[in-house]
Amino acid sequence: MAADLLRSLLRRPAGLISACLLLFLYSAALFAPFLSPTIPSAQNLQRTYHPPTSLIWKNGRLCVQRYQLVDPSTASYQPLTGQFTSLSWFAPGTPYKLFGLIPANRHLFSVPSSDPIYLLGSDATGRDVFTRLLYGAGISLTIGLIGVALTSFLGLTIGGLAGYLGGWPDSLAMRLTEFLMAVPGLYLLLALRAALSSRFPSDATFLLIVVILSALGWAGTARVVRGLVLSLRERPFILAANILGQRPWTILFRHLLPNTFSYLIVAATLSVPGYILGEAALSFLGLGIQEPASSWGLMLGQAQDIKIFMLNFWWLLTPGVAIILTVIAFNLLGDALRDAVDPRFRLPGK
Amino acid sequence: MSTPLLQVFNLSVHYPLRSGLLQRPSGVVKALDDVSLKIEKGSTLGLVGESGSGKTTLGRVIVRLVDPTHGSVSYQGEPITSLRGSELRPYRKKIQMVFQDPYNSLNPRLRIGTILAEPLEIHFPKMSVPDRSERVAELLKLVGLDPSFARRFPHEFSGGQRQRIGIARALAVEPEFIICDEPVSALDVSVQAQIVNLLMDLQEKLDLTYLFIAHDLAVVEHVSDQIAVLEHGKLVEEGPSELITTQPSHPYTQRLLASIPSLA
Repeated sequence: MAADLLRSLLRRPAGLISACLLLFLYSAALFAPFLSPTIPSAQNLQRTYHPPTSLIWKNGRLCVQRYQLVDPSTASYQPLTGQFTSLSWFAPGTPYKLFGLIPANRHLFSVPSSDPIYLLGSDATGRDVFTRLLYGAGISLTIGLIGVALTSFLGLTIGGLAGYLGGWPDSLAMRLTEFLMAVPGLYLLLALRAALSSRFPSDATFLLIVVILSALGWAGTARVVRGLVLSLRERPFILAANILGQRPWTILFRHLLPNTFSYLIVAATLSVPGYILGEAALSFLGLGIQEPASSWGLMLGQAQDIKIFMLNFWWLLTPGVAIILTVIAFNLLGDALRDAVDPRFRLPGK
Repeated sequence: MSTPLLQVFNLSVHYPLRSGLLQRPSGVVKALDDVSLKIEKGSTLGLVGESGSGKTTLGRVIVRLVDPTHGSVSYQGEPITSLRGSELRPYRKKIQMVFQDPYNSLNPRLRIGTILAEPLEIHFPKMSVPDRSERVAELLKLVGLDPSFARRFPHEFSGGQRQRIGIARALAVEPEFIICDEPVSALDVSVQAQIVNLLMDLQEKLDLTYLFIAHDLAVVEHVSDQIAVLEHGKLVEEGPSELITTQPSHPYTQRLLASIPSLA
């Protein structure tokens, strides 16, 4: 069943492209410490707003162009003609813990620390944007999954039960959703962030905020699932299952809920970007991830300096590109999944 | 004289109407009003009446989807309207239903094989998996479909084929009594004849008893031994089908008969 679904998803061009892109992004986030040449908090105040370094193939090795700071006031750098540093592969560098567990110190590529490599330039304190982008991906990408998993699970079970049982459980659940929908989310976040910031580190607080947000956010999903179940409940195939003497739980899990999946899967994949953008917005406002940890929203927030626009430091906006790519990939995946999950859209053959 | 297979005694189903801010009861809708019927084993009772006359409600009371307000239904002399849960199970196996709408009567997410295996899982829990798929193939053949259809999904079939699958599902539990709730009204005329003939063949082969609900007197006349006419929840006329169709005594039946379109 799951293998069937995967095959059917990957046979669609949109599904294949978005799945590959997301797989690429998620593995980049997972192996961030290994893929990045340094650590996200490593500063180099001599090299602020460094442009992306160019790579050159020389003497059978990949080399990095060396630069010279010409004017510190406008942060303009000039390549030093004929001066290159060769890249070293799998060289030991700053120690880190892979997956937060395995201690290691090898980096996929690096250069001697006196000549930093900035694939995507450096920021206001000379930190590598590429490294921060990779580390930030971890937070930005998992936030959406956690939030969506929680809302979908709560929405499906509570909405499904409310619609199926009817009567007082239904009224109770619906009044609860109405109450939750009336809570103003942004103010709650501001209040929670203020109340919790002193007690937890920034990423733990943020996780807590996501959990609280999804504990509020399931209301919308639950109401739609309830409506779907209410309309499905009167369909003849449900009546047929009743007449056959099927147990109520089996009817709920075999006949009712699977028929809400095509909605739920699309809604879930389409709301992942919502959480990613929500994280970006919060971090942008300074309520989400705090320094020195990195996230895409935080990086974008820090790129709001007028200097960056005036001097065209475009590489500081790459987190925006990453967000756009992720959001598009999730939307495409949602579409392809909807088609793959619904037998009516099954592709011909097999 | 032996007891009829199914008897309906003074059956009423009333729905309260509520209105106003406080939802005070302001009247009742009488979906069924004091209806009594009996059906002999191996026979077909045709139930006719226009939309809203309570035909479907009667069928749903018999399969226990709707609880009656007054009256009772008994099967082989045993009252079944007050049974709950496990007491009801044996009757779930004996009484089955075929639905009007072939497009909504099959779960779109399940393959035909799974749909037909479900009743077997419930009522023949000891059946092994290969036996079950053999029985599914047998059922498909019984309703005139290819056994290979078991691997397909409902949306791949026409209305007539789906209706056959619906009949196969009802037959899976080896029932004695089948309620056909307007089984042909959603189908093309040519397909209607095929389904009606299939139902009649099956009746002969499997010794089935039918409650055949329809609004089309022409079809009912063809399949029924007895005909009962419902109007606004009340039974207005009942009798052998030739008598009802040739000498209707109630004006409502006469109007229904006159409304049958003819080529002449």
